[in-house]
Amino acid sequence: MSDQMLTVLVWRGTADKGRYIEYKVRGLENHTVLDVVTYIQRYLEPTLSYRFSCRVGMCGSCAMTVNGKPRWTCRSSVSKVAPGGKLKIAPLRSMKIIKDLSVEMSEFFDKLARAEGRFHPTSNRQNDFNHVKPDSVKRRLASDGIECIGCGICYASCDLVAWKSNYLGPAALNRAWTLVNDVRDGAHRKRLNAVAGDAGCHACHSQQGCVESCPKNLNPTASIAGLKRVTAIAVLKGELD
Amino acid sequence: MNDLDGASNPAIETKLWLAQRISAVILALMVFVHLGTIMYAVRDGLTAAEIIDRVGGHLGWALFYGLFVAALAVHAPIGIRAILAEITALPRKRIDLLCFMAAVLIAYLGYRVVRDFYALGSIA
Ligand code: SF4
Ligand code: SF4
Ligand code: FES
Repeated sequence: MSDQMLTVLVWRGTADKGRYIEYKVRGLENHTVLDVVTYIQRYLEPTLSYRFSCRVGMCGSCAMTVNGKPRWTCRSSVSKVAPGGKLKIAPLRSMKIIKDLSVEMSEFFDKLARAEGRFHPTSNRQNDFNHVKPDSVKRRLASDGIECIGCGICYASCDLVAWKSNYLGPAALNRAWTLVNDVRDGAHRKRLNAVAGDAGCHACHSQQGCVESCPKNLNPTASIAGLKRVTAIAVLKGELD
Repeated sequence: MNDLDGASNPAIETKLWLAQRISAVILALMVFVHLGTIMYAVRDGLTAAEIIDRVGGHLGWALFYGLFVAALAVHAPIGIRAILAEITALPRKRIDLLCFMAAVLIAYLGYRVVRDFYALGSIA
């Protein structure tokens, strides 16, 4: 795409009361979707609400629905996601809209907590360092899922989250899986109880919509499959309540 | 959809999941044998007499299909339960009851077929 006029439809308003408004923006070769949204706010619509921070794919705050797919807008170049010069930008799915493109993410983060996505230390500074071998199986399993930036893109792409509002979702379960494999953690049993069941890993359809959309190329489906495995072993050992 | 009535029990849900996986493995192997037998049996036409001749009164086949029915009675209702919980607004307890009834019905109907085929052996 060389420079061209983009036709940009942007969601304005809340979930109950809102509509798409069309803006014309001159797109440059290297524009990202976030650049376009920023341009609209600076020059065309100062009251437009949206969220971003790092602009380099680290913080996970700029996620929006772009032409029907959840994406990190700061790393999505317009030429790639809208080759025809047409953009339709909406807030993330399965989250309450605060205003325009900003969504309420507390439910998403509450679920991380509900899945025991928090580290429970077993030692303190009086103890020696924990020695975790970089090439041990558990360390490698944890590493596979650790780079999550909490953007909520997988969560928004998951149909099950949309249908079943208490489903913990791919990000929370992926986070739990990294901690299941953390040998320094002391809350394994509690965590397995938190993620087992039909609001947790056992509800997942394993169809990998989350994998497809994760901008960090993580594989929450594999993590969830791992949780199914370890919870099955735990229930046979009588470790689930 | 019926998210908020009754928190799910981790142990029970995990056991059901495990039961469904194990029954799936059993069914997969048995369907293989079942279809293989059909393919072998129909190679020169299919008659009721021939089927009765093979299966009727044969304890091995009765046990084989008995296990088949049992695996099915475990496997199918657990799947239906998950689907109903996901796409209907029925209360959890109602879904559990419906699926339990489905399990009993499948087991009973299947048992009758196996029993009657076995009994046919003594007639032939
Ligand atoms: S694989 Fe599981 S978590 Fe991922 S999108 Fe599908 S249902 Fe959601
Ligand atoms: S798993 Fe991927 S898509 Fe999901 S929150 Fe983490 S980084 Fe975002
Ligand atoms: S603004 Fe930080 S990831 Fe996009």
